[in-house]
Amino acid sequence: MSLLEFKNVSYRYEADESDTIDNLSFSVEKGAFHSIIGISGCGKSTIFRIINGLLVPKNGEIKVGGESIKNRKNYCGYMPQKDMLFPWRTVGQNVALPLETTGGYSKKDRRELAENALADVGLSGCADKMPDELSGGMRQRAAFARTMLTGSDLLLLDEPFSALDFLTRISMQEWLLEQWEKHKKTILFITHDVEEAIFLSGSVFAVTDTPIKSLAEIKVPAEYPRTRECLTHPDMVSLREELIEVLRKQVKAE
Amino acid sequence: MNMKKPKTARRTAIYGGGNLYALVFMFVLLILWQFGAMKVDAAYILPTPVQILQKLWELRVPLFTVHLPATMMVTGIGLLISMGLGLFLAVVMDASPIMQKCIYPVVVASQTIPTTAIAPLFVLWFGYGIWSKVLVTVLITFFPITITVYDGFRTAKLEMSELLMTYGASKWDIFFKIKVPCALPYFFSAIKMAIPMSIIGAAIGEWLGAQSGLGYFSRRMMTQLDGAGVFAPIVLLSAAAMLAAGLIGIAERRIVKWRGEL
Repeated sequence: MSLLEFKNVSYRYEADESDTIDNLSFSVEKGAFHSIIGISGCGKSTIFRIINGLLVPKNGEIKVGGESIKNRKNYCGYMPQKDMLFPWRTVGQNVALPLETTGGYSKKDRRELAENALADVGLSGCADKMPDELSGGMRQRAAFARTMLTGSDLLLLDEPFSALDFLTRISMQEWLLEQWEKHKKTILFITHDVEEAIFLSGSVFAVTDTPIKSLAEIKVPAEYPRTRECLTHPDMVSLREELIEVLRKQVKAE
Repeated sequence: MNMKKPKTARRTAIYGGGNLYALVFMFVLLILWQFGAMKVDAAYILPTPVQILQKLWELRVPLFTVHLPATMMVTGIGLLISMGLGLFLAVVMDASPIMQKCIYPVVVASQTIPTTAIAPLFVLWFGYGIWSKVLVTVLITFFPITITVYDGFRTAKLEMSELLMTYGASKWDIFFKIKVPCALPYFFSAIKMAIPMSIIGAAIGEWLGAQSGLGYFSRRMMTQLDGAGVFAPIVLLSAAAMLAAGLIGIAERRIVKWRGEL
């Protein structure tokens, strides 16, 4: 069953003369992990902003869980590139934000759920800290815990690790896979890092043209659970090179 | 992990240790003034600090029981009205670009009015009672509050509001969970700026026509060529301003747990 469905979706920014997304259709199976890769400015973030409702497409239909997203709330968990932890709230209060906006939770419930979510991402005991007391990797994990508390099955992660240093980034990638396997969520993951994309995802959606008319789905030849060793497998190496080549052609074409 | 520590240390340096230098410097200035004034020896023009303190003590009953409360009343009411008006205008300007275009130039233009020149008119309109002075105070202080709080609202990042919107947040959620916390440090800065200004405003109002208040008292002493008597209420005015700003500072440190970049 597909959790997310795009049917003939088009979008144009007001200031633009041509569509950024042109008649795009694709679907995502429940429980899948897909990466969307593409050069910067190609419109991959636009896809996310249409899914989470910040942008309204000029035509086409988007379904999440079989229902149109029109007039719906809390059907996806969006995690932007920056952690966006509010500096005036404690980590626990930050993590509980989706619960506050959804409503229906007492202060005590919120606190308990936030503490559990934090413990789940390896940040137990951090609820009363201020965000600036956490390191970059810890902040991203807190942001992920906040995304989890949206309670949605569909998670949209927009380059969440791009600002981290290399070693933190690769350990966060392994950590994210563990989280995904544990919670059985459906994840769409935007990145421009080809290696990150093939390490994480079951298949990669490559944005090969602008405006985006289609997403080329490329299966990643590796089984879960994965370790970083799988990246040295010849199939994976050639896939990586292939994808880099695809993206480079696009950069040249611009 | 230890990022809190340098922050606290820096704060103590500003609020605690740094004050010592200021105190010593003040003291030196006062001593210079004392000896300078003693040399000039014309108390009706330039009283010495000691003479001013003596005067303050002599006049303590009328100053503290009549005139200080009168001025503080004007300042307090003026400040409250300015806060209400300033916050209201800031919220309206932030909520609607059209209102911003309408209001902002008017607010700025209101500051080009030479208040001291127009204040006698207020006395004509509202009489010698409290409201003519309150109006002067409001006219002087609502501006910094409006502009500063408006700037505070604008520091709220769009990305933060967008994130909250994806959580299904309402406009109220965004206002109270993002805009208000962003503007809070600015609000405190505005109040700290507005306090001395409102006291000045009240004193100007009283100078121009009043039956009580420190500004009025100072002026009365002027007509009697009592130099120390002119200064004594002024000393009281600045002491009141410093005390009030200090209290706000304490409240600020309790309430605003963060400051700086988003």
